[in-house]
Amino acid sequence: MRIDCPLCGARDRREFHYLGAAVYLDRPGPAAGPEAWDAYLHQRENPAGRGRELWCHEAGCGAWLAVERDMTSHAVVSVRLAEAGA
Amino acid sequence: MRYSAWQVIRQGLTGNRGWAPVWRDPAPRPAYDVVIVGGGGHGLATAYYLAKNHGITNVAVLEKGYLGGGNVGRNTTIVRANYLLPGNSEFYSHSLKLWEGLEEELNFNVMHSQRGVINIFHSDAQRDAAARRGNAMLAQGDDAILLDRDGVRAMLPYLDFDQARFPIHGGLYHPRGGTARHDAVAWGFARGADRLGVDLIQNCEVTGISVEGGQVRGVETTRGAIRAGKVGLAAAGRSSQVAAMAGLRLPIESHVLQAFVTEGLKPVVDHVVTFGMGHFYISQSDKGGLVFGGDLDFYASYAARGNLPMAEHVMEAGVALMPMLARARVLRSWGGIMDMTPDGSPIIDRTPVGGLFLNAGWCYGGFKAVPGSGWSFAHLIATGAPHGPAARYRLDRFARGDLIDEEGRGSQHNLH
Ligand SMILES: Cc1cc2nc3c(=O)[nH]c(=O)nc-3n(C[C@H](O)[C@H](O)[C@H](O)COP(=O)(O)OP(=O)(O)OC[C@H]3O[C@@H](n4cnc5c(N)ncnc54)[C@H](O)[C@@H]3O)c2cc1C
Ligand SMILES: [Zn+2]
Repeated sequence: MRIDCPLCGARDRREFHYLGAAVYLDRPGPAAGPEAWDAYLHQRENPAGRGRELWCHEAGCGAWLAVERDMTSHAVVSVRLAEAGA
Repeated sequence: MRYSAWQVIRQGLTGNRGWAPVWRDPAPRPAYDVVIVGGGGHGLATAYYLAKNHGITNVAVLEKGYLGGGNVGRNTTIVRANYLLPGNSEFYSHSLKLWEGLEEELNFNVMHSQRGVINIFHSDAQRDAAARRGNAMLAQGDDAILLDRDGVRAMLPYLDFDQARFPIHGGLYHPRGGTARHDAVAWGFARGADRLGVDLIQNCEVTGISVEGGQVRGVETTRGAIRAGKVGLAAAGRSSQVAAMAGLRLPIESHVLQAFVTEGLKPVVDHVVTFGMGHFYISQSDKGGLVFGGDLDFYASYAARGNLPMAEHVMEAGVALMPMLARARVLRSWGGIMDMTPDGSPIIDRTPVGGLFLNAGWCYGGFKAVPGSGWSFAHLIATGAPHGPAARYRLDRFARGDLIDEEGRGSQHNLH
């Protein structure tokens, strides 16, 4: 599997660290209730198809990336810088 | 037919013509008291104990492929009760006791072999952690022996004790741990359930769950609609999709875990050996193959095959621990889809839908759980009340922040 980093180009999967679903980009505010934190930390859509997730180009530029990927074929559909929004 | 040494001799002398198919292949009936979704270890054991312990025999197990074609036939067969935390400790202790009587219970040779599990450690801090875990195991009534370096050397002389990065300081030995023949466990429970009247229905994929007024009414399948008073979900890596049919979202992310086997060799690895720091563990099957594996591929996946970086990592770790492994030839590798929870512990509970019960989140440790899980899930379905040793496996523990985080790694699905 290769991921096309917007800053570095296509690189081997070994250069990247996987964190989880892209819900990690929507951290609830400190006052959000327990339901919001439960949804953020635990509950997952877990699609058997395309989904958005958060990867870090750990052994490259260090950028956090929002990657759209197919979980059944491992095809990488799109890669954006996470700071640009998921 | 009851299996026995006498039957083997008798059939052997009469040309083996008397062996009959072990279970029926019934067509689905229009309605059952209980429908179980998923014919893996957990689904089959649940059906067996529903019939055996609770007298509920109007039961169907619906399996989209063939019985035992999922993770129950893909795992590395380790059976142990070396957990630390309340919740896991009593549950796996109960399950191991059921394993110890399983062959007699099922009249089926599941090849349960208590050859002992040894977890290797490499530092003083890890020794402390191992001692603490061992004490928890003893307090639970199970067995644990803390081995020093020489103690490990006496049992596992073939390890590299002085590797620069992870020199071996000792190990935690769990003598009652071991392995079993994974397919036989599925077949044994299937045969037992069938003999008690349970319908095992293969090539029958559940495509929908009908819910009316908050109460489950039955399931839609590729072989037609089936009405049911109660429905139990035991779909392992596919739990999220099946639960979504009833409008539920689960605290689960699916990941692939790989395993490997070498060509058959003479007996050389007599125990189960785990090298946690290297993400590597190994045992030897009764056929002689060295069976080993490592960690998840670490990213979400529904492809029941893994990627090469993890294969490479596992081989490296194995050879670092056990240099002789470099001369063995790997025969096959495969993968299975794990339903990973944010704390690494499973769920056996009711759901917000009446009559719909959930058994999921077994991560990569659900094989040893098969008898205990079936026992507890059957109890929950039959009585509506949680069964003691599984009472902490609640679905709402995540929302309440009451996690059972055995590894102490925090709420991230792929870290457990
Ligand atoms: C490589 C590997 C190594 C492992 N090693 C160990 C180990 O050493 N020790 C240990 O304790 N555990 C281990 N495990 C974990 C263990 O195998 C699983 O936790 C356990 O088998 C899961 O429960 P099960 O047997 O019911 O799952 P499965 O056998 O996967 O059963 C689930 C069934 O549900 C069916 N299904 C799914 N969706 C539907 C649907 N819509 N309709 C009908 N049927 C459906 C599937 O076809 C499948 O047969 C390992 C797993 C893997 C992959
Ligand atoms: Zn980069």
